[in-house]
Amino acid sequence: MLQTRLCNIRLKNPTILASGILGVTKESVDRIGKAGAGAVTLKSLCHEERKGFDNPTMFAYDGTFLNAVGLPGQGIDSAIRDFKRLDNLSVPVIGSIYGYRIEQFGQVAKKMASLNPSMIEVDISCPHMDYGKPYYADAGLTAKITKAVKKNAGRIPVSIKLSPNVYDIKEIAHAAEKSGANAITAINAASGMVIDIQARKPVLANKIGGVTGPALKPIAVRCVYEVYETVKIPIIGTGGVTYGKDAVEMIMAGATCVGIGSGIYYRGIGIFRKVCDEMTAWMKKNKVRNLNEIRGEGHK
Amino acid sequence: MSNNELKKNDIPQMLEISDVVQEAKEQKSFFFRHPIDCKPGQFTMVWIPGLDEKPMAVSYWKRNEFAFTSKAIGKFTNSLDKLKKGDKVGIRGPYGSCFSARQNSVVVGGGVGMASVSTLIDILKNPIIINGARSKDYLIYMKRYKNKNMVVATDDGSYGKKGFTTDILNEVLSNNKKIKIVYTCGQEMMMKKVFEICQRHKVECEASLERYMACGFGICGKCMINDKICCVDGPVFNSRQLNKLSEFGKFARLKSGRKVTIKEYHEMHA
Repeated sequence: MLQTRLCNIRLKNPTILASGILGVTKESVDRIGKAGAGAVTLKSLCHEERKGFDNPTMFAYDGTFLNAVGLPGQGIDSAIRDFKRLDNLSVPVIGSIYGYRIEQFGQVAKKMASLNPSMIEVDISCPHMDYGKPYYADAGLTAKITKAVKKNAGRIPVSIKLSPNVYDIKEIAHAAEKSGANAITAINAASGMVIDIQARKPVLANKIGGVTGPALKPIAVRCVYEVYETVKIPIIGTGGVTYGKDAVEMIMAGATCVGIGSGIYYRGIGIFRKVCDEMTAWMKKNKVRNLNEIRGEGHK
Repeated sequence: MSNNELKKNDIPQMLEISDVVQEAKEQKSFFFRHPIDCKPGQFTMVWIPGLDEKPMAVSYWKRNEFAFTSKAIGKFTNSLDKLKKGDKVGIRGPYGSCFSARQNSVVVGGGVGMASVSTLIDILKNPIIINGARSKDYLIYMKRYKNKNMVVATDDGSYGKKGFTTDILNEVLSNNKKIKIVYTCGQEMMMKKVFEICQRHKVECEASLERYMACGFGICGKCMINDKICCVDGPVFNSRQLNKLSEFGKFARLKSGRKVTIKEYHEMHA
């Protein structure tokens, strides 16, 4: 019932671990796969080792999740030694990459492709990076990065991860598709801040962070809806998916697959199986035989 | 109603330090007059606003009062060391798995690792305590446990027996066949040896491991040991789990996620 095709990848179900949550080691990827995820996205890697920000880097506040981890990572060269390959795990793996400069996106993509992941996701949209102009806010730069990655990714499909922190997400999605992207991941975290009124200081060490969790869902649904109206390539709808009904909503907005990240905080690693069971129950109750019947229904 | 309720313990509460006790050289306990629902071996996340946040084991636990014991070794713990009664820090938690607290036990603590096993000692009936440190000046809780069955070891012989806690453990287990379980916290190489000694003597072992942590609630993936998430699956692991952890005593991950040897890991964090 839940089997899904994303580009040329067959998934047992449409739930995908979103980048930045737990996907740091091969064994954690395997564990999330065994817990029922349809695919797993690695934590983003770039051309060098990064420690990331000091703590606090993650906080949970009322239906809001806030983080500024600062893109820590061992770097792609170390990851190649650590992972060796990505095509022999219990679940399809999506390798998330980024760079500081456009050519670095291409270089990291080439190295990531050597591990043979099922897909490469390009993180152009971290809301609190400490380098230059944000690529995510500019259609021209998004196009250049997409081309640089596509040139180096070989036959591996490429998804561009977009930010909600833009005036017009349609324009950016269109630029990615036109430049050869095979999918769109929408969305990354929304830029935000929480001030602790007892401490009288922003909670995150970096002060500004990314809002995820249930508070992000309506923003994500709107973005997926707009992107679906603009492009023909599949969308991984990510942002606040916690229950089966959220996944159904995301698919009705036009998503092919749904990303789950902060949801693990609320429901544990078992969330993938729970969301799938809840989707199946909803489909049976509403006489829906497969997800194609409801995909994009919100547009009719 | 959805279950997206706030987990109250995950929001830092700014708590006033009610007392500071110098336990030994470079090591202090910070007390808070505040109730906490805690099991032996669990930890809290301690936040100094504008600086950093780190995991600290609960080392004293009474009704309406708790404390943690910190050793000043880095930027964060040196700042903690300067805090005084009346200053405030953010506390969230407690987090993590706990010790099983079974009787007929030995507790092996190395240095400030004693802090992680101290609330356990407080609820055990007459455990044999092996407290070790590099020298007399670094031994903590000597007064606290002066009436308990405690054997002390120092690397330089400046107090108690000269030698390692593991040598004493080996002797204790050879001479006392009633011992059912050994609890331990300290440097990982010591805990690895403790575990190996327990395996040889066919005695259960539970060890509290340390890894670089950020969230404390199993999301960020920084504290992985093999397929285990140290902050929620641990920090306390039993023999069955330790046996499967090939990285135990060998490898740990830095803040960046890069895997290094335990020795390098301790050097980078010291």
